[in-house]
Amino acid sequence: MSQLMNIQIKGGRVIDPAQSLDKVSDLYISQGKIIALGDAPEGFEADQTIDASGKVVSPGLIDLCGHLREPGYTHKGNIASETEAAVAGGITSVVTPPTTKPIVDNPAVVELIKDRAERANLAKVLPMGALTKGLQGEQLAPLHALASSGCVAFTNGRHANASSLALTRCLEYAATHDLLVIFQPQDESLTNKGCMHDDTTCTRLGLNGIPESAETIEVSRNLLLVEQTGVRAHFGQLSAERSVRMVMDARERGLPVTADVAIQHFLLTDENVNGFDSNFHLIPPLRSQLDRAGLRQALLAEGIQAICSDHQPHDRAAKEAPFASTEPGIIGFETLLPLSLLLVNQGLMEISQIIDKLATQPAKILGLESGSLEVGRAADICIFDPEEKWSLTAETTRSEGSNTPFMNFELKGRVSHTLIDGQLVYQL
Amino acid sequence: MFEQTDPNQIQLNSEGQLKHYLTTEGLSRELLTEILDTADSFVDMSAQQVKKVPLLRGKTVVNLFFEASTRTLSTFELAAKRLSADVLNLNISTSSTSKGETLKDTLMTLEAMHSDMFVVRHSDSGAAHFIAQHVTPDVAVINAGDGRHAHPTQAMLDMLTIRRHKGDFAPLVVAIVGDILHSRVARSQIHALRTLGAAEVRVIAPQTLLPKHIEALGVRVFTDMNEGLKDVDVVMMLRLQKERMTSALLPSESEFFKLYGLSEEKLALAKPDAVVMHPGPINRGVEIESVVADGPRSLILDQVTNGIAVRMAVMSMSMSGQTTEKQARLGNGE
Repeated sequence: MSQLMNIQIKGGRVIDPAQSLDKVSDLYISQGKIIALGDAPEGFEADQTIDASGKVVSPGLIDLCGHLREPGYTHKGNIASETEAAVAGGITSVVTPPTTKPIVDNPAVVELIKDRAERANLAKVLPMGALTKGLQGEQLAPLHALASSGCVAFTNGRHANASSLALTRCLEYAATHDLLVIFQPQDESLTNKGCMHDDTTCTRLGLNGIPESAETIEVSRNLLLVEQTGVRAHFGQLSAERSVRMVMDARERGLPVTADVAIQHFLLTDENVNGFDSNFHLIPPLRSQLDRAGLRQALLAEGIQAICSDHQPHDRAAKEAPFASTEPGIIGFETLLPLSLLLVNQGLMEISQIIDKLATQPAKILGLESGSLEVGRAADICIFDPEEKWSLTAETTRSEGSNTPFMNFELKGRVSHTLIDGQLVYQL
Repeated sequence: MFEQTDPNQIQLNSEGQLKHYLTTEGLSRELLTEILDTADSFVDMSAQQVKKVPLLRGKTVVNLFFEASTRTLSTFELAAKRLSADVLNLNISTSSTSKGETLKDTLMTLEAMHSDMFVVRHSDSGAAHFIAQHVTPDVAVINAGDGRHAHPTQAMLDMLTIRRHKGDFAPLVVAIVGDILHSRVARSQIHALRTLGAAEVRVIAPQTLLPKHIEALGVRVFTDMNEGLKDVDVVMMLRLQKERMTSALLPSESEFFKLYGLSEEKLALAKPDAVVMHPGPINRGVEIESVVADGPRSLILDQVTNGIAVRMAVMSMSMSGQTTEKQARLGNGE
């Protein structure tokens, strides 16, 4: 019923990088779609008016990587809880990795995820399918069937294919059906049970290090095979500057490749691990100051197309142990936007560039209709106050997890409304 | 973007006294010297007829060993008993923790028994820090070795041994030889030697056994032992685990011995009065030749004797630091 409501969003600063738009304007929604910007269409009568004065009205954010933990790991989170956290963070679409239990390597699992997401009726859940059965790296998963049932991309996750031949065939098959392949590059033998970047802090703490080459070797192999097979490919959650450079060079040579980096990698470094705080246990690991500087530069130079949250909720026990025995990953849906705005506050870029990385570009990478406020598009919208200061606390987070170093950290920029298909799904 | 507080401050109470003993890193020269002075007095006491002092009378010390070690466990037990404490030894094999009980569960169970001190050995780096962060106030935590991170009692018994033989640290050139990469002993030795003011600390190993950027800890790196031993006052050997051969870090024990084993011939490159140390247990013919290990310049047995004294020192100092803090807290009306 509410989908049919006529909504007027009044007096907000409407930013839509897809239309190079950045101006104070009213926005009109009807039948779940954006029907006008500026003046009201003739005969438009608003059932609801949202006052957005002093706020930014942007396309709903599209997160290229968020773990919802369902099915299989519901002690860490579930589709309802995590999509609730997502919409509270202004995220209207979440791409989820296939590393659930069971793994997303057959259409039944996709149906289950879609069903749970529909019941929650919050953020749109866009599953990634497994590239190979059981993510084993050997047998091709039914990519076409998975795509037909709703998978937006395919990945082998952090389980790199041991066989380059099997990988080549996967990429050829994906190219046949013009499917997007997402790499989360990690060489298993070089990672070797490591839990942080292999550098001075690692040496001091006596932890097992993960060298940069654990990532770059895979990026290099993947790029060569992308070139050979012509598949559309995206690199997710890169951590090393050198990896990003390699992808940039490949793009310059005309390869159809893009890359994203999780927001925390623009802000933190391996030195934060000092003190063994498991909230800094990330895979890929936080890297050096030089890497962080390089990633920031590449973000500005369009070498990194998107910023994601890499949201990973955990149960308490998973994080309450000595560092190496904890599970990697932090929650990030509710902090994705304010932490990205930190890059604005630090003078690195403009708000519109941030929205480009959080909505416009992710939509382009996935080939989605959303990610823009153009008239006629689905009304997936995020409204936020870029100046409001607030802190996320263990009590207020909607996620089942509270594992983030940014807990109780002063954030600037807060989402006040989130709309999906013209339906108000979150209001502060 | 986060205020970087020194995580090793957790070892100190508000008066700057030791209340846990987790690592030699970040402790002041005064504090390390106090540990050595206190230990010195216990060494002298051990030679007497009555070997006990009542410093920990009425206290319960739990030796919490998640990694088997008869030697370290028995010296800690002896140290606690000489301080008149009640001692409980717990060997918790990793299999019992894999039954689902977390380290925190184990800790809470033991706290319910009203222990006053945990002596912890664990295969994970940072385990002692983790326990110190999660124990109830007033319980002292002593690190008996955590992963590759720290083995601060071993390092300080080495320092005591050096001081008793060489006196001042200032003129000393010390070489640490062998598997630096996997060694918590080496890391703790390096921090202690640097803080105590040794003129030069060297590490000698092939690149496969050196952690990345070890020079950032303030050491000179040598891959050639003959070069590295030149004019050295103290040679500290490390134990080599057999599994290093199967993981492509080294080709064979014999090749390691040839290049990095301490023979009489190599020892001759060091200063004429250079002393030799080893944390034990020794792999004779792998990292050290028997004739050197048993020779007149070997301090290996002194290290064992000093080990008990150093453990008594850090246990009594940490307990006293806890008591001071508790009194301060009660005085504040909490």
